[in-house]
Amino acid sequence: MAKPSPNDRRYTKEHEWAKADGGGTVTMGITDHAQELLTDVVYVELPAVGRRVKQAQPIAVVESVKSVSDIFAPVSGEVIEVNQALEAAPELVNKDAFGEGWVARIRMESPDEFDGLMTAEQYEEHIKANPH
Amino acid sequence: MKRTPLYERHLALGATMTEFGGWAMPVQYSSVIEEHRNTRTLAGLFDVCHMGEIEVRGPQALELLQWVMSRNLAGQRIGEMKLSAITNEKGGIIDDVTVYKRAEEHYMVVTNAATREGDLAWILKAKNARGLDGADVTDLSDTIGKVDIQGPLAQKILAEIVEGDLEALRFYHAMDTRVAGMPALVSRSGYTGEDGFEVYTEAGRIGEIWDLLMSIGDAHGLKPAGLGARDTLRLEAGMMLFGHEMCQTVTPFEVVYGWITDLDKEFIGRDALRRQKEEGVRRKLVGFEILDRGIARHGYPVLAGGEKVGEVTSGTYSPTLGKAIGLAFVPVQYMDPGTPLEIGIRNQRVKAAVVPLPFYRRKK
Repeated sequence: MAKPSPNDRRYTKEHEWAKADGGGTVTMGITDHAQELLTDVVYVELPAVGRRVKQAQPIAVVESVKSVSDIFAPVSGEVIEVNQALEAAPELVNKDAFGEGWVARIRMESPDEFDGLMTAEQYEEHIKANPH
Repeated sequence: MKRTPLYERHLALGATMTEFGGWAMPVQYSSVIEEHRNTRTLAGLFDVCHMGEIEVRGPQALELLQWVMSRNLAGQRIGEMKLSAITNEKGGIIDDVTVYKRAEEHYMVVTNAATREGDLAWILKAKNARGLDGADVTDLSDTIGKVDIQGPLAQKILAEIVEGDLEALRFYHAMDTRVAGMPALVSRSGYTGEDGFEVYTEAGRIGEIWDLLMSIGDAHGLKPAGLGARDTLRLEAGMMLFGHEMCQTVTPFEVVYGWITDLDKEFIGRDALRRQKEEGVRRKLVGFEILDRGIARHGYPVLAGGEKVGEVTSGTYSPTLGKAIGLAFVPVQYMDPGTPLEIGIRNQRVKAAVVPLPFYRRKK
């Protein structure tokens, strides 16, 4: 069973989370539900720091033994930091998707985009309705 | 989608199911990596009921098989199993199969799932073209169930329910015996690079064997393993998969099947293959490992000197080696181990090098 989605952040339908860090930046990653569907994350392709991303566009790639999946930017903005630890230990995504398995930090272009994301409650409803 | 007799068991075990060759098959039960490691270190149980079994019997059975198989079966003894290719007139691979000699004038050809119907049609066509009325060809696939038990503890576990001396059964040999009291064919063979067995019995009874192996094996650490682990295990062992490394425009000499292609006997495709052997192949299947970060996948381009020279046929993360490996076709000038290559992964080029096959060899 997936860990409950924390209330301190927002979610996308594509199973990313974004947490406001204060000062207009967010930390993002994929949800525990997403890592359960993937299982055995063996590679994460991180974006370059400084890259500008658009909301809902691919920002990173996560690979399990069997599959290759895009991770989408929850908000538009500039990538200001990436989780280098994932290069040596991609399994952190499986172990702690909401914490140590974070993917990137983004300086937001528009806080409205963040406010438009799903709450934890809405996201839990979403995955109940769409288990795969 | 077709279902194997073990379908309900996979669901009960919480397997993730996938389509493979027209069948609903378990891709994994818990984790591909765990199932892979468990098979390498203890034992794994695989549902392979989707594979095809074609029986060829009668006074002209050998003559027919000699005509359709790349392998010379003339010296095959009863109980012996042979890997062979079925090739078309141009020498392209229609399928790779195993041929069991069960008795004089009695053979069983085990095919891949997706190629079963094509193989059957091909063998029947060859029979009619040659007027081999003394060879009866029967598709037994729907009446036979099959499980593979693979791994260092496979013998110990299977021995508990097999009649006869499993220890004495040699690699690529089979015995007609009883498993859990049911008539069964057991061979020491498999698709993982480990010691292990393939077990055939009536489709309606295979579930009982599965259940018994699961309960007896539990204490030894036996776990079911899905197609995901089957794929990473076979790839580490340098074994090819039809539809990836092989298709009808690929010849045995271009892949690693020169050794099962006997040009000194007549068979469909022999003349084309003899010409190819004399002229030499232009491309060759090689193993590679990725030196940078990234995982190559089926269809990714292989580059040398900045130009596309070939294509990846299979690629994965190797749980045993802890690195990304794969198989690819390259022009022969790039086939030697150590040759630097690049693989195009999305919009990047990553460094790779040709390495000898297999990637993994078990300690004996």
